[in-house]
Amino acid sequence: MTAIPALANAATERRVSVASSVLQRIRTTQPRSSRLPDAVFRVLILVTAVSVFAIVVFVVWELVDKSRLSLHQFGVGFFYGHDWDPVNDQYGAMPFIYGTLVSSLLALLLAVPLSVGVAVYLTEMCPIRWRAIISFLVELLAAIPSVVYGLWAIFVLAPLLRDYVEPFLARTLGWTGLFTGPIYGIGMLAAGIIMAIMIVPIIASITREVLTAVPQNQREAVLALGATRWEMIRMGVLRNARIGIVGGIILGLGRALGETMAVTMVIGNRPEISKSLFAPGYTMASVIANEFSEATGDLYLSALVEIGLALFLVTLIVNALARLLVWSITGGAAGRVRA
Amino acid sequence: MPKQPGDASTQQVSLWRRFMNQAANVFAVSAAVLVIVPLVVIFIYLVWKGVGSLNWAFLTQTPKPPGELGGGMANAMVGSAVILALASAVGIPMGIGCGIYLAEYGRDRFGDLVRFTADVLNGVPSIVIGIAVYSLIVLRQKHFSAFSGGIALAIMMIPTVARATEEMLLMVPNNVREAALGLGIPKWRTTLSISLRTASAGVITGCMLAFARVAGETAPLLFTAFGNQYWNMNPNQPTAALPLQIYTYALSPYDDWHRQAWAGALILIVMIVAAVAAVRIATTRGALKGAS
Repeated sequence: MTAIPALANAATERRVSVASSVLQRIRTTQPRSSRLPDAVFRVLILVTAVSVFAIVVFVVWELVDKSRLSLHQFGVGFFYGHDWDPVNDQYGAMPFIYGTLVSSLLALLLAVPLSVGVAVYLTEMCPIRWRAIISFLVELLAAIPSVVYGLWAIFVLAPLLRDYVEPFLARTLGWTGLFTGPIYGIGMLAAGIIMAIMIVPIIASITREVLTAVPQNQREAVLALGATRWEMIRMGVLRNARIGIVGGIILGLGRALGETMAVTMVIGNRPEISKSLFAPGYTMASVIANEFSEATGDLYLSALVEIGLALFLVTLIVNALARLLVWSITGGAAGRVRA
Repeated sequence: MPKQPGDASTQQVSLWRRFMNQAANVFAVSAAVLVIVPLVVIFIYLVWKGVGSLNWAFLTQTPKPPGELGGGMANAMVGSAVILALASAVGIPMGIGCGIYLAEYGRDRFGDLVRFTADVLNGVPSIVIGIAVYSLIVLRQKHFSAFSGGIALAIMMIPTVARATEEMLLMVPNNVREAALGLGIPKWRTTLSISLRTASAGVITGCMLAFARVAGETAPLLFTAFGNQYWNMNPNQPTAALPLQIYTYALSPYDDWHRQAWAGALILIVMIVAAVAAVRIATTRGALKGAS
């Protein structure tokens, strides 16, 4: 390379001179020219961060402000009043709270075994080459919009329930009182089932994350003691991961409580409290979706906003609880990773 | 792989334990099957009912009055595009900014607070965001608009984008930042051109996921964008959106509208799945990694 030393020297000199001129420029211009843009950038970034905080504060403020009328008028009684009568301006949220709780719990009851099962299958049993495909399919389930689930539930699930499942349940389990009364297809049961399908991917993906976080040597230790695979999963994996799984379940509950469109389309929208799961019901989110844009009268609107406020607070508590549980397993907030 | 019971070495495993092991296997496999089945069934129905109802009129015309045959959802598709463009224009920069703050500056108390509020915002039911935006914008303006719908969706996008950006920026090695700073590049330039650029694949994934999530949202649009039967290009007026139109048509008593609801759902889902799949391919094949 350096056959002609003079040329090589010239090249080196040139490089040095370029470098030194760059350094010179940095040295002379950098401090003054970068201080201001850096400060501006910092402020801009800070503004976006503050605005996220501000949005949440603002949401709470608007909800409290707009529901003030109803809060004054009904007080705590709003939450256990049974009458929802816009004509006489009487509002009680009990039927909606009941509907939300029952449909969400029903959804959890169906979704939890399924999602834990699918997560266990994916982490402990599934052949490697199937794993990516199946987890992609489960993720895809989360990508389907709520309104499409609702559409499918109206035209496929509800007729199926009406013609086959509900008559069967009425015959075999009618004595429990949970499966009696006229069969419409739409109702609490349909809402619970469609919601279960919707929250499975949430619970399954978090459970999977938590199961993956269980150290491999826990599994090996249990297997070394002569356990079968199921005993290994039960003692070595599920027992270690149970707090995180509960966190995932609560996160799913949070999603179910706030779910609006699919439920509104199949729950029947009748503010009644009925023991039977065949009966139509109403949830907090659906009453807002259905009546908010038609609400005439300040008190009516205010009562609907108060339901929204209650929904917000419940999901807030549920989500905060879930985050804490999941973080305690998977190792804290992302921001804590770097010291 | 764990050794299967039934080997010579595990002859002494009792019948009960072997039975439980088999039962657990069967349960896990059937759970996986049961989870996949609704997905497959929904897709089959969508394609079957949707493709049969897709035609040129559906893609180019506005809805006909109730009860009349024909018409389409062209205005709703364009409306959705307008609303989503507005949402992305507001939500993605704010989300990325917030993510940069969390990763590069927010290692203090306030950072933790913002992180927590972002997670809270992520869990707020979409219908509640609809109410809040309604009282902020619609009530003050006294009319529904695409603009307010865009803001509602933007609010829903921010936490997803912010947390994805934060996570990805934290994965950028510190030496890269130090190298850039050592060359005398100012901090803002280092963050934007070096850190963010290195993390771009993940950040783009986060943005696409947020987009896919809000693309099908209906609840917050009910009292913000509101819907419209006619062409509307003014973002300050009530605007039709695909999910709203599907909702209205599904609950209508007309067979022709049910048919169109399926076609609309098919278009919506194809859009979303294409976005998610594109993200998958981009991240696994590393097509976007060249950006660094």
